[in-house]
Amino acid sequence: MFELNVNGQSHQVDVVADMPVLWVLRDVLGLTGTKFGCGIAQCGACTVHADGEPVRSCLLTIADAAGRQITTIEAIGATPEGARVQKAWLDREVVQCGYCQSGQIMSAAALLKRVPKPSDTDIDDALSGNICRCGTYVRIREAIHAASESQG
Amino acid sequence: MNAISPTRRNFLKIGLAAGGGLMIGLCMTGRAKADALPAGAAFAPNAFIRIMPDNQITFLMSHTEVGQGVYTSASMLIAEELEVGLDQITPEPAPPNNALYADPNLGEQATGGSTSTLAGWEPLRIAGATARTMLVQAAAARWQVEPATCAAARGAVSHTPSGRSLTYGQLAEAAAALPVPKDVKLKPASQFTLIGTPQKRIDTPGKVNGSLQFGMDVQVPGMKIGTVSASPVRGGTLRAIDEGAARAVPGVLDVVRLDNVVAVIGEHYWAALSGLRAAAAEWDDGPHADVSSASILDAMKQASDSDGVTAHKSGDPAAAIAGAAKRLDAVYQLPFLAHAPMEPINTTLHVRADGADLWVGTQVPPRAQAAVAKHTGLKPEQVTVHNQYMGGAFGRRLDVDSIEQAALIAKKLPYPVKLIWSREEDIGQDLVRPYYYDRVSAGLDSDGKIVGWTHRTTCSSVTARWVPEGMAQGGKLDPDTVEGAIQTPYDFPTQLNQFVRSEPPGVITAWWRGVGPTHNIFVVEGFVDELAHEAGVDPVEFRRRMLTKNPRALGVLNRAAQESGWGQPLPRGTGRGVSLQFAFNSFVATVLTLSVSDRGEIALHNAHVAVDVGPVVNPDTLAAQCQGGLIFGLSMAMFNEITHENGRVVQSNFHDYRALRINEAPDVKVHIVENPAAPIGGVGEAGTASASAALANAIFAASGRRLRRIPFATGQLAQEGQI
Repeated sequence: MFELNVNGQSHQVDVVADMPVLWVLRDVLGLTGTKFGCGIAQCGACTVHADGEPVRSCLLTIADAAGRQITTIEAIGATPEGARVQKAWLDREVVQCGYCQSGQIMSAAALLKRVPKPSDTDIDDALSGNICRCGTYVRIREAIHAASESQG
Repeated sequence: MNAISPTRRNFLKIGLAAGGGLMIGLCMTGRAKADALPAGAAFAPNAFIRIMPDNQITFLMSHTEVGQGVYTSASMLIAEELEVGLDQITPEPAPPNNALYADPNLGEQATGGSTSTLAGWEPLRIAGATARTMLVQAAAARWQVEPATCAAARGAVSHTPSGRSLTYGQLAEAAAALPVPKDVKLKPASQFTLIGTPQKRIDTPGKVNGSLQFGMDVQVPGMKIGTVSASPVRGGTLRAIDEGAARAVPGVLDVVRLDNVVAVIGEHYWAALSGLRAAAAEWDDGPHADVSSASILDAMKQASDSDGVTAHKSGDPAAAIAGAAKRLDAVYQLPFLAHAPMEPINTTLHVRADGADLWVGTQVPPRAQAAVAKHTGLKPEQVTVHNQYMGGAFGRRLDVDSIEQAALIAKKLPYPVKLIWSREEDIGQDLVRPYYYDRVSAGLDSDGKIVGWTHRTTCSSVTARWVPEGMAQGGKLDPDTVEGAIQTPYDFPTQLNQFVRSEPPGVITAWWRGVGPTHNIFVVEGFVDELAHEAGVDPVEFRRRMLTKNPRALGVLNRAAQESGWGQPLPRGTGRGVSLQFAFNSFVATVLTLSVSDRGEIALHNAHVAVDVGPVVNPDTLAAQCQGGLIFGLSMAMFNEITHENGRVVQSNFHDYRALRINEAPDVKVHIVENPAAPIGGVGEAGTASASAALANAIFAASGRRLRRIPFATGQLAQEGQI
């Protein structure tokens, strides 16, 4: 039995120690906003925050996550950076199929928290782990800049 | 004003909705008959636009949303004529029914080939206009005024002189009793208020907060989750598994064995995956155990020596080339490709004795339904398809192999099951884009003009597998293999196009974004570029000289050249490449700028895409599709190939089947060339089709190295000598 704190709520989950948080979120807790894309931390679709840091939940085991505050796409809008990023994503019409965007937004929100006015290089560094097959990168970059400017 | 032809009007059918609303039934295809619509309240499930007394307005979307924005653009077409806001109309996925919802260009209810907007452009506006006309008539009758004195806006009809107003919902029942209007007129473009304006997509809010449900996210009461492993060699069979070890994994519930598949079902994916690994399946590889990329390519090269089928011939290109001042010959090759949409393949299915429910994202709902029926003994109408948003498709979800597999597994289970393919399964078991081996030859006269052009494609036929009735010349010619090769933008004085069919053993080939044009435009535009350099003429100028009869092609070419600063000097190692195309009824010119390092590394800088699709529905979606489509195509041309060893696919995940990342993607600027009176074109695949040649031509400009074999960024420049 592990205790997992997700979006400010504590859950007791009876799973094996090596089970990735991705599948605890999706299949045990029913939080399906965090996506499965590759299972080997190559695509970033499963990005969540652990104590505010972006991590790939497909490789973060429940044992390692215990005691850390996990934040998912479902709750990132409650943070100032998350809300700004989501708004910029809609204003700029970033999304196409949308499947990778949970992960893109989680990476972008973490970047803005760490670097309020990111350069293009900062964006490259923070988002290069997130693949978008629809190719929305041009707008992701524009939206992150817009979100960073919206905080005044 | 566009008067509606009587034949068009015949496809409309009006009736009373269950619950008292107005129903506009509509068939978009010449194949279907309006009679296929059942009359009265009973036709509720198949009605097209439904206006209910509570003013709820919905319409059934025959095309599926794969990220291309068709839910929004189709809503815009109806809303423009219906006089409602985009916030007042909701699309619902249509149930499977080829008679009602077939795409007129594809002949069945399918989403592909960049045809959705072509299909909807007129019928959706007619449906909206018909409904609006009847609602206005109903209001005028109730007020005993002339319809012409009434106006419709925001889902209501008003009579300005008397200040009266009624919502569409209040009028729907009365409107449903009226005869179908005989002279519905569509707005001229000058009166459009939605069409041609950038509109926010209606499906995006749920995609930025995690609430939108994709097929992968389906949760059904009592559902269990499984994962599968199929024979890594096509035609192989399952020899043995350690079922005990699989069942010993905590959370594992069932193990299902098929001839060539093992599935493990658990309380969650992790249990299923752990169980599948513990099962340690062993396979008999079967007849394709020795298939390799080398053996496939050898066979194709050999096949390409024959003439094959003549798809097109004008003049005598052989004689023209023989008599030319200069002759050029080249071989272009395009690899097998996986689709690798971000959402791996998944199917949720509940099979019962009396029916089945299928939750899946599919581009072909009737085929999905038939796939389940075929393997369960149920009738198609007993299979309910709940079509889901798709995390990309790119042609992958035009096939239903995974749904057939799910049916075979789910019918053995007493509960609903979500079957998820791992990414390794998704790539390893994909139905791949064909390998193309193309021979091209051309002759230049002493003025540097092309006098003869021959293009022979050797490849497998997706058409023959997927839609055999689509084959031409008595089943010998696959028209897709020469799409974009016969009808180039240019005026070649003599031309020959041939198709040689060569089916690779142990490989199933499938549609892939951009289909024929993604293949042929690379070959045509790469070779035209070679000829320009051979002729000593600037590549843009060389193309211009062949476009005297093609002003729209010239228009996009000039625009892309101008926006990109074509001709202005660039630093050493940096170059611009151009590609021009007519495909999907649209004209596109792309200029890509990149640099090649001394070590052969390619860095993509920026791209300018000029596009003329005729009338533009949602310019922001048009731009997004060009941006994303180009980047998708550049990913492919830079990195992607599926190769085979010992009958097995070598690639397995995003580390060896790469996609461009944000730090590698170029900036992409899209320039819309206005041409509102022209026939409308599609755009979902146009950018992808323009990517490869622009890339190859830019690499040549930057490095002097001509690459004719995709992918380019896998060491070709470094391997094949100094820059």
